[in-house]
Amino acid sequence: MHMKILVIEDDRQASAYLAKGLKEAGHVVDIANDGKEGLFLAGSEVYDVMIVDRMLPGRDGLSLVELLRATGNDTPVLFLSALGSVDDRVKGLKAGGDDYLTKPFAFSELLARIEVLVRRRGAGQPQTRLTVGDLEMDLLTRTVKRGGRDIDLLPREFALLEFLMRNAGSVVTRTMMLENVWDYHFDPQTNVIDVHIARLRQKIDKDFPTPLIHTVRGAGYSLRAAG
Amino acid sequence: MPLFHAPEGSAARVAMRLPRLWHTMAFRLSVLYAALFVVFTGLLLLFVYRSTAGFIQNEMADTVAIEVAGLEDQYARHGLPGLLEVVRQRSSLQYTNSIYLVRAPNGVVLAGNLSAWPDALPDENGWAHFQVASSAGPGSRPSTASAMMFTLPGSFQLLVGRDTSEIDTLRRRIWQSLGWVVTGAVVLGLIGGGVISHGAMRQIDAINRTTRRIMGGDLTGRVKRSGSGDEIDTLAANLNTMLDQIERLMTGIRQVTDSIAHDLRTPLTRLRSRIELVLIREDADPEVYRTALQETIVEADRLLDTFKALLSIAEAESGSRGRNFQPVNLAEVARMAADLYEPVADDKGLELHADIRGEPVLSGNPQLLSQALANLLDNAIKYTPAGSVTLTVEPAAPGRGPRVTVADTGPGIPPEMREKVLERFVRLDDARASPGNGLGLSLVDAVARLHGAVLELGGNDPGLRISLQFPKA
Repeated sequence: MHMKILVIEDDRQASAYLAKGLKEAGHVVDIANDGKEGLFLAGSEVYDVMIVDRMLPGRDGLSLVELLRATGNDTPVLFLSALGSVDDRVKGLKAGGDDYLTKPFAFSELLARIEVLVRRRGAGQPQTRLTVGDLEMDLLTRTVKRGGRDIDLLPREFALLEFLMRNAGSVVTRTMMLENVWDYHFDPQTNVIDVHIARLRQKIDKDFPTPLIHTVRGAGYSLRAAG
Repeated sequence: MPLFHAPEGSAARVAMRLPRLWHTMAFRLSVLYAALFVVFTGLLLLFVYRSTAGFIQNEMADTVAIEVAGLEDQYARHGLPGLLEVVRQRSSLQYTNSIYLVRAPNGVVLAGNLSAWPDALPDENGWAHFQVASSAGPGSRPSTASAMMFTLPGSFQLLVGRDTSEIDTLRRRIWQSLGWVVTGAVVLGLIGGGVISHGAMRQIDAINRTTRRIMGGDLTGRVKRSGSGDEIDTLAANLNTMLDQIERLMTGIRQVTDSIAHDLRTPLTRLRSRIELVLIREDADPEVYRTALQETIVEADRLLDTFKALLSIAEAESGSRGRNFQPVNLAEVARMAADLYEPVADDKGLELHADIRGEPVLSGNPQLLSQALANLLDNAIKYTPAGSVTLTVEPAAPGRGPRVTVADTGPGIPPEMREKVLERFVRLDDARASPGNGLGLSLVDAVARLHGAVLELGGNDPGLRISLQFPKA
């Protein structure tokens, strides 16, 4: 998935590093080094996603996004910030941000998050059925089938699989799973997510020739059909 | 050009000292105390004077009025001779303080003990006040008298009065004692005020001395308590508690700085030398670089985790209770944590029981509470080789708030170490082999304190039992 991305970041070294990484991942990147330039670019071009630093000279990231939202611009926004407390995160989301990532972050985390943001935006109608390969999930009856065979899942396993299926094809990081399935905005000391994924694999992949859940080294997991 | 020049010498010292004296609270309190004392005593004496002197005055007026009535009656019945006889008779009494005088229309004195008709005019009450030179006894001195004058039928004039020198003496005495009492009141008021305010001020001075010492950097200073339990003593107690708190925080900061120096510098040094070692290698095999970089990332992530944990603790510690709090269902938080850790415990062959009674809701920070609970479960599972981990949520009971307990069947923590493990970066020797940064329990402790909860560490025989006892709602 190739995206057009606007990076609003005043630290030139950081923005250059972001641009390089995003371009290597196949995206097109514009850089604004302050809020004013960012506001101008956001108003004159159409972007798939914007990555906005929270603290900017001239106009800070929060008020910039508030202004964009007020003028009807609904491009997904991911905030980057060195402020990592729960309150800061809440403020960022209230201002109109769609996601919030605390510096320093793993690049794979950033890539996974913007992809999910853009995908979520294109999702459109609420779905009642999710399908990935021969895996089917009925959100109304809360049943899961693979190859026509019923799979029994615990409520939390169901929620985890739903999150993976909604973002099928994309990389989903451990932090994203903790945030979306457990609403945990912190990292537990032990890699609990790996244990949960292992459980899910036992039920989804064990008895089938082709695995659907794939480990993405250094990033997280991805649910995708073979081929 | 200054407008005023300070006077020289001792006058200058006095001028300097007075305002300073006035600025001492002790002095102002004494003056206020004395002034109040004087005003109240004065009012009291004025009342006494009024009632005593007034009473005597009225008494005199009454007797004079009765006497006048009697004399008028005598005149009406027995005519002038009868009146003159009675007047002569009464005037002849020695040591009397009554004054009589009867005067003929032509001004000739007919009878009485007054040498001449006084030329004083009567006041609005009919009383004439004049000086008399008493004829009664030797060494007599001039005294004052008050009398009423009447004109009888036939234009004869009658004067009946009293020598008022006794009343005057009484008045003078009362005024005199009033003066003494006021002087005494001023002196006593000043002394009393001085003693009272000095007592209070001495304590305040002590408080000031202590605060100056602390401002000077010595945090160990404490205010001496008087033990009286009054407001100033309470102030001293509160100040001491505040100082304890500040000292604890300062020690905490120092500890963190020390720990950062030690626990972050070590891995950073390791990180740096790892990179350096790879760089000085001659054989540039890409695979070697790749492996080294991957190891570097793992190391850096570990460092970042430590940082994150430190920041979480700082967030919990710097937060004031109640700020950004929202209703949190403890049972929900516990279920979520148990749900997250159940497979982890299961993988290790441990049983994770969640015993959740009721749905206690309290005001708190849900993320920090979740993190605290996750840390407790994480620790319990990590350090328990076999057996079970039990997570209990109890609703509020009479006298106490809700409680969350995590009990395990692991090695536990010896009682003498329980206080210690709450400190940052402290890890028991047996735990050094397992992954972790020694910040888990510090965070739990900080979160507990943010919520006004008490973290209780106890034995589970065998194992460890950690409870978060929340306060009453």
